[in-house]
Amino acid sequence: MSWPAFQFDVALDLFPMLAGLLAAVGCGLLGNFLVLRRISLMGDAISHSVLPGLVIAFLIATSRSPLAMFVGAAVAGIATVVLVELVKKLGRVEPGAAMGVVFSVLFALGVLLIESAAVRHVDLDADCVLHGQLETLFWTTPVQSWDEVFQLRTWTGYVIDPAVVNPETGEVVRSAIYHQGVPRQVVTLAVMVLAAFAFVGLLFKELRIAAFDPALATTLGFNASALHYALMVFVAAATVASFEAVGSILVIAMLICPAATARLMTDRLLAQIAWSLAFAIAASIGGYVAATAIPSMWGKEPVNAAGSMTVAAGVLLTLAIVVSPKHGLVVRAIRRRRLAASVALDDLLAALFRFAEQGEPKVPRARLAQLVPGIRLDRALGLARKRDLVTLDDGLVALTPTGLDTGGAIIRRHRLWETYLVEQAGVSPDHVHETAERLEHLPPQPDLPADTDPHGKAIPPGV
Amino acid sequence: MIDAGPSLVETLTFRAGFNTSLVVAGTTLLGLAAGVVGVFAMLRKRALMADALSHATLPGIAAAFLAASWLGAEGRSMPVLLAGAVFTGVLGVLAIQAILRYTRLHEDAAIGIVLSVFFGVGVVGLSYIQANRADGSAGIDAFIYGQAASMQPSDVRLMAGIAIFGVLATALLLKEFTLVAFNDAFARVTGWPVSLIDLLMMALVVLVTVAGIQAVGLILVVALLIIPSVAARFWTERIWLLVLLAGVFGAASGYLGAVISSMLPRKPAGAVIVLTAGGVFALSLIAAPARGVIAASFRRLGLRLRIASDHLLEAAFERGDHLLSRAAVDDLATVRGWSTPFRVLLLFRLRLAGFVAGSTKAGVSVSPAGLARGQRVSRNHALWEQYLISDADIAPSHVDWSVDQVEHVLSDELIARLEARLAERGISVPAPAGHSS
Repeated sequence: MSWPAFQFDVALDLFPMLAGLLAAVGCGLLGNFLVLRRISLMGDAISHSVLPGLVIAFLIATSRSPLAMFVGAAVAGIATVVLVELVKKLGRVEPGAAMGVVFSVLFALGVLLIESAAVRHVDLDADCVLHGQLETLFWTTPVQSWDEVFQLRTWTGYVIDPAVVNPETGEVVRSAIYHQGVPRQVVTLAVMVLAAFAFVGLLFKELRIAAFDPALATTLGFNASALHYALMVFVAAATVASFEAVGSILVIAMLICPAATARLMTDRLLAQIAWSLAFAIAASIGGYVAATAIPSMWGKEPVNAAGSMTVAAGVLLTLAIVVSPKHGLVVRAIRRRRLAASVALDDLLAALFRFAEQGEPKVPRARLAQLVPGIRLDRALGLARKRDLVTLDDGLVALTPTGLDTGGAIIRRHRLWETYLVEQAGVSPDHVHETAERLEHLPPQPDLPADTDPHGKAIPPGV
Repeated sequence: MIDAGPSLVETLTFRAGFNTSLVVAGTTLLGLAAGVVGVFAMLRKRALMADALSHATLPGIAAAFLAASWLGAEGRSMPVLLAGAVFTGVLGVLAIQAILRYTRLHEDAAIGIVLSVFFGVGVVGLSYIQANRADGSAGIDAFIYGQAASMQPSDVRLMAGIAIFGVLATALLLKEFTLVAFNDAFARVTGWPVSLIDLLMMALVVLVTVAGIQAVGLILVVALLIIPSVAARFWTERIWLLVLLAGVFGAASGYLGAVISSMLPRKPAGAVIVLTAGGVFALSLIAAPARGVIAASFRRLGLRLRIASDHLLEAAFERGDHLLSRAAVDDLATVRGWSTPFRVLLLFRLRLAGFVAGSTKAGVSVSPAGLARGQRVSRNHALWEQYLISDADIAPSHVDWSVDQVEHVLSDELIARLEARLAERGISVPAPAGHSS
């Protein structure tokens, strides 16, 4: 095993990396609204069902013209949404099943059309739809100097050496040598990303309302379902722009994973979009590098880059699930632990206060263990001693004056709540203790002019 | 004519050579099992979870291949690959449940994440095999789209065995599955092991999915699980019939799809099978008598006709003339939005029911029976109006404006009170003769 190795090569890596990046950013942006509206799987369905649209467009246009492909995919995308709605409404079928029926049938149709002889001998096969052909985007003649970088023709492509034609016979003696510009797939992707940003930027307010409350959007007077269809058209467009380069599986992953990961990081939409773009960029670049670097540790050949980007998106999501500072498992476990400790501390102080009320200011540890069990007692005692609320002397626990005040405040809350529940809420006195036991840990308390609780015990005065 | 392939009839009747017959039999059994098992996936609203599951089998297949060849065994052995598929398929379902349990993400996102990430891992695995192994991944990537034609007799036997097991298990556990699918809360409080039954249901889905990936491919196997049961749902409201029909639809799709694809060159069986199932679905959606679109629109038309004829008779009664003039009918048609063909149908229905004696240029002649009906409608209309004005706060929630049911919905006492209130407003609505209220 050796160190992971990745050598950036302009000719081999620039455009594949750029294509992956653009596809990830475009899909990641749109995905935010799919995830929020809980229709992520519409992205899945559309990216399956654009297949027949593409093939039919191809058959009609008889070429891989991006415009024809785009129209075909957009029509198929809208047809998917309409068909799913129709099956749902006419057949009263639940949404998941309706989606499943529609996209699997359309995908099967696409596979069948592709496999049919007419399309077979052209370069459009089902595998490339799934995995893409990132690796074919290499640059035959990369830039050699900085001068070239700033020349437009470097990017648009030009003829280095024109073809040599025999003037008498008209026969091509040697074909022309081109400098290849930016690959068409990358240009298409860039246009798609710009269009997606323009769409989201112009309609941000509307998309935001529709994402959180479509009914409100409709009552506010703009057409939420028209917006929905527009979003679906963009998803279809993103799918078709991406599929050739990165394949539909990465499209699905990038529509869902970055937005879902971002959703774990923040509760604000703008921040979520920013996070999702960051994750999309990280997953595409990281995945691309890992596709070469990780197998190189064992001296193996690179793996599929689009697949590797998908896996990177999954890894980022897993990381966020565990360590997100807002909703991560670790943070939540720490929060739960702190809450448990603070509840145990409250229980300990309340118990000591009750003992003190009955004329027993010093309580043996063992008796407390019956009230606050096990490890929680250790933590509560530790906390209480650190905050100077109790003293531990020779196995006897006693409240300090501050501890007495704090314990009194808890007991006051407990008994005020009991009084409130009996007097104002009409709960019978023997049912109020459990509820009060929970409410005593929260700051607000009922403001009642009572001196004793329903069980006849004195309510400690407020401090 | 020497090397002409088997004819359609020969293939349909299993006389087209051993291999073709074997494949046809296998996909038929698979369709049967997928249809039967899929019913419960559909009823539990797990259609797309099954999709995620089938995508999640790909990394297992790649890993099993690598592991087996690393240990020196034959990597392409079907039981080994399918075991790997089961393993990651189940892992995928567990991952969905973990995401739902431990994060704030919703089911759609969880399914999409597992589907794409697991499939991505599988794609990476396949490309690794392709790039780094001399024998390549040939035979393994066939799992993505399926390759029924290249199945070995032993593969078909394995698939058939799993399918038969799935059908038998469902038949044995039909009662338990039904209970959990329709009312899991009730099942739980009556002491059934709901989680275990649920697990068994899911296990059967996993088994059928794995059995199907070789024949129809892992992207499309979910279609075999969902489509037959959704199609069968249009035909019946009874669970045993639903299961039976879904099985029949699935089997028919598998059978016809395999036969058709074996007849045509380069037609992948999986896609043809799914399209056949899609055809069954479309037919059911349109023509099924229980919930199909045609049946539903006929029922809606019937209801509209009944309401419209009541409106017409009511108008005739309220004008106090058995002859409803043409102008009056035109007015009604404008207000109620009746189209001309609808008016023709309406008059036909009224004559058929004996409410209209005849219609001429002058207008429609309503029969005594029609006038009595109109009187009843008019009375009910007035009573309802009074009811909504004075007693709407106790209106039962599901009453429609149906003429026949008013007396059944409201008590005699309440109707008497409404009549009294109407009388106070100077409105009298006597019941037609021979009709007691």
